[in-house]
Parts: sequence; structure tokens; C-alpha cells
Amino acid sequence: MNEQEALFEYLLRLGDNALILGHRLSEWCGHSPALEEDLALSNVALDLIGQTQLWLNLAGEIEGKGRDADKLAYLRDARDFRNLLLVEQPNGDFAMTMARQFYFDAWHYLQLQGLTGSKESRIAEIAAKSLKEVAYHLERSRDWVLRLGDGTEESHRRMQAAIDDLWMYTGELFEADEIDRTMIQAGLGPDPSALQESWLDLVRATAEEATLALPQPGWAQRGGKRGIHTEHLGYILADLQFLQRAYPNAVW
Amino acid sequence: MYAQMVKTGVDRIQSSEEMSPEERAFQERIDADIKIEPKEWMPEAYRKTLIRQISQHAHSEIIGMQPEGNWITRAPTLERKAILLAKVQDEAGHGLYLYCAAETLGVSRDELMEQLNSGKAKYSSIFNYPTLTWADIGAIGWLVDGAAIMNQVPLQRCSYGPYSRAMIRICKEESFHQRQGYDIMMKLARGTPEQKQMAQDALNRWWWPSLMMFGPSDADSVHSAQSMKWKIKINSNDELRQKFVDQTVPQAEYLGLTVPDPDLRWNAERGHYDFGAVDWEEFYQVIAGNGPCNRQRLRTRVKAYEEGRWVREAAEAYAAKKAARAQAKAA
Ligand SMILES: [Fe+2]
Ligand SMILES: [Fe+2]
Ligand SMILES: [Fe+2]
Repeated sequence: MNEQEALFEYLLRLGDNALILGHRLSEWCGHSPALEEDLALSNVALDLIGQTQLWLNLAGEIEGKGRDADKLAYLRDARDFRNLLLVEQPNGDFAMTMARQFYFDAWHYLQLQGLTGSKESRIAEIAAKSLKEVAYHLERSRDWVLRLGDGTEESHRRMQAAIDDLWMYTGELFEADEIDRTMIQAGLGPDPSALQESWLDLVRATAEEATLALPQPGWAQRGGKRGIHTEHLGYILADLQFLQRAYPNAVW
Repeated sequence: MYAQMVKTGVDRIQSSEEMSPEERAFQERIDADIKIEPKEWMPEAYRKTLIRQISQHAHSEIIGMQPEGNWITRAPTLERKAILLAKVQDEAGHGLYLYCAAETLGVSRDELMEQLNSGKAKYSSIFNYPTLTWADIGAIGWLVDGAAIMNQVPLQRCSYGPYSRAMIRICKEESFHQRQGYDIMMKLARGTPEQKQMAQDALNRWWWPSLMMFGPSDADSVHSAQSMKWKIKINSNDELRQKFVDQTVPQAEYLGLTVPDPDLRWNAERGHYDFGAVDWEEFYQVIAGNGPCNRQRLRTRVKAYEEGRWVREAAEAYAAKKAARAQAKAA
């Protein structure tokens, strides 16, 4: 794989994370615990959809085969998606959604911070713009971990279960593969393993304040970055891609 | 409309001589177009009618999130998805402003939501119809938001200050929604034969329910006169319906779509379109709970509310603990 191909794959990872998590959050609209949350979750989802467009359009440009963000989002099959397993996990209850969000936001923030130093100026620009949005996402999801962890007995039980259930999907966030190494060498993106310590510091401190017990490091589920997903992704794509698949070449 | 049949609790309108001095002073302020504000004296029937009207409107915004939310995950492009999500989010915001306006009349959002969940409170009949294709999202924006605007623009001048101000904010956003909906229809109408057919089918299904949004014909609108005297209703149902038809028919023609009404024709003498009779039996059935989606909509709303209860309780408990800790620290 040459550097351009690696960069394309790398941008798909960034775009697909935003696309799939934005999709999951948009499923809440109209069903959340309070109107204020319908507004707030939609805001985060809208930010992520915007980031998807930026990353995937850039991916299409780098690839140079005439695919734009919509073509990449709506016309690839699951094996060609490169998002982390964490973001495709079902919404579950509100605690599950917020635990997923917190794990992701805490990582996403660090990842974007690293990307603002990318030698490719278009990456650095998108990262800088997204970082501002994600700072707010992280503040919010962290706040919900605290509220639910240290709220009532029931909310504590649910948040603890969510933290436990999703833990095994967090290992993948920090594993560097060949593509990551190409990016690090070219000065295009940060070393994922270098983000782990800061991430753990924040997650540990938050769990402690929220009176939650963090699971022991254990076996990590992995595969999303290579296109080996959980069963959930196929259903997301069935919804997401329905119209584009049922009416090929139509303009909407 | 969003509030289609608001009871006023008043059998007939009092004459000026029958009014108490307070009532007379109140009516004089309204006649002089002076806004009524929350802390001021108002007749109990005015207060209660407004709570009914504003909360029906709020409930309609909230229930209305469901038929459109139904297509958020299936929107055909990233841009369409963002626009639709932002629209449904706006509707949540409208619900929120309106519940706040109702709260100024001495009723809480929780009470109003309980009324909605129990099936006691009404919301607009239109949201009990299903969104079956993507074109329905276009048709709702174009027709339903269009009809809402027709009703809500005059309500910007209504006599109750908080309601009037909420309407001013809301109307700005509704006109965006209408343009976006029309834009969806335009893309479909200029698209492939299947897309054009999808657009026509949506118009066929949404046309009559949209006309029903304005409420029963004037002859059967028992409570309108009092509401108009209080200036919480500005135009009659039939006036607004006519205005809507006159505005919308040329828009359908521009799209190359056919309005599903064989009796529709331009009446040069009246300067208006004549149109066929609305099926009021269907309207009253939908209002009574027998529309295609009434049960589904209510069940979905109750489920979200009930499943969210532990979250709201946790947020409250956490806030209380935090406040107690801050106090202990200060002491
Ligand atoms: Fe509306
Ligand atoms: Fe609205
Ligand atoms: Fe609207």
C-alpha cells in the first residue's frame, strides 16, 4: 500500500467514525428522555454529519476516482467501512449511549488534537474545526457519566453496566496498524498508542468522581478499522443506504 | 390547525353590560391591541382556553417529530439527513418554547405531558397519518408546515404576549421548513419517473388531511367567536383554508403535480379556487383516536417519557447532591 492509498484508508476511518456515530445519535431524535436532550443529541449528531462530509469528501479527493462523501457513505458495503466497533454498538438505554459517547469523545478529542499538527494542511484544518465541536461533546458526555454514575441507585447500576459492556471495544482505539504507522512516519497523523495514557487518565478520573468502577484491562475486540465489523453495521447500512440502493442514479 | 378545536368553556359571548368592571377593562385592552402579560388579571375562561390552545400546539410539535423522524436514518444524502434532523430538532425547540409560554399561565410542562400521555389532551390530526416514502417528507414540509404558517402568522398578533412572541420565533423557522419541503418535492418532480410518481402519490395522500388541519368548517366551529373576540384566534377556519388552497394550487402546478380534487377550479368571480368537500367524517374519526397512527404515536410518546424517567430522576438527584456538597463546603 503506498502513502496515498494509506491516506485514503485513514480518512475513511475518520469519516466513518463520524458517520456511524452520527447515525446512531440521530436514532434518538424524538425518543430521548427530555426535549432538552432531543435538542442536544441532535446537535452532536449534526456536528458529526458535518465532519463526515469534510473527511469523506477529502478521502474522495485523495482517491481521485470521482467519489464524493455521498458516494462513499451510501454506496460501500459493510466490509469496506472502516469505523471503530465502538461507534456501531446499539444505543441501548441512555446510559449505554452516554458511556459509548464518553469513551469515544475522550479519544476523539485527543485524536483531533494530534491531527491539528498534521503536515497535510487540509487535515489540520478539518481537525481544528472539529476539535472545537468535540470539546463540547466531551464536556457533555462526561457530565452525563457523572450525573448517571452519581445520580440514583438505578442510574448508577445502569451506567456501571454500560461502562462494563463497552469496555472491550475501547482497546481498538489505541492499536496502531500498518496504515497508522505510515501516517505517523509521514507526519500526517498521531500515534494511536500515544493517546492511551491521557485517555485513561481522563476516563479513570471521571469514573472515580462518578463512583463507578473501571473494568480491568482485558481482551479487546478489534476489526472495525480493517472492515471486520459486528452484526450491527449491516442494519445501519440497510437503513442509511436504502434509497440510494433502491433508486440507483436518482438525484435527491 | 395545530389547535383545531379548542373549547372555550363559554356558551355565548357576554355583552359589555353583562361584564364585571374587570372583565370590561380586560376586553378594552384587547380591543385596543394591548398585549396581556402573565402577571395581569385575566378571566379564568381566557386563561384556561389559552392553556388548551398553547398546549395542543406544543403537543402537535412534539408528536409531529415522529412522522418526520421516521425518515432521519433513511434520508437519501448526507445533506438531506442534516436538513431533516435539524428540522425535527427545530420542532422539539418549538415544543419547548410553547410549553414555556403555557407555563406562564400556571401549569407545568410535566402536567401537560401527563395530559398528552393519558390521551386526554389533543394534538393536530395531521400527525396521525403515516410517512410511507421519502416524498412524504417533502409533502409534510410543503403542505403541513405551509398550513401551519398560514395559521401562525396571524397569531403573531394574538393578545397574549408570551404566545405572540413564541409565534414570532417559530414562524421564522417554519418558513425555512416549508421551503426545504418544497425543494424536496421539486427534486422529485424533476427526477426519474419513479421519483415523480412518488411525489404525486405523496400529494394524493397528504392533500386532504392538510385541508383538515384548519379545523371544522365555520358553520360547525362552536367556539370560534369567543376566541376571536379574545384575539387568540384571528381568522376563521374557512378563511384560512381558502387562503391555503389559493396559495398551494399554483405551487402544485409549478411542480407539474395534480391536486387530487376533481372539483377544484378557479372561480374568476370570487377570485378564489372552488374546491370539493372535505371528508369530515374521517376528520372526526382521526380526532377521536381512530386515525391510522393515533395509537402508535401515543404509545411511542409514552414509551420515551416513561423510559426517560430514571434519567430525569438521576439528573435531579445529582443536582441536589451537588448543591448539598457546595453548601457543606461553604459552611
Ligand atoms: Fe410545525
Ligand atoms: Fe414547528
Ligand atoms: Fe416545522
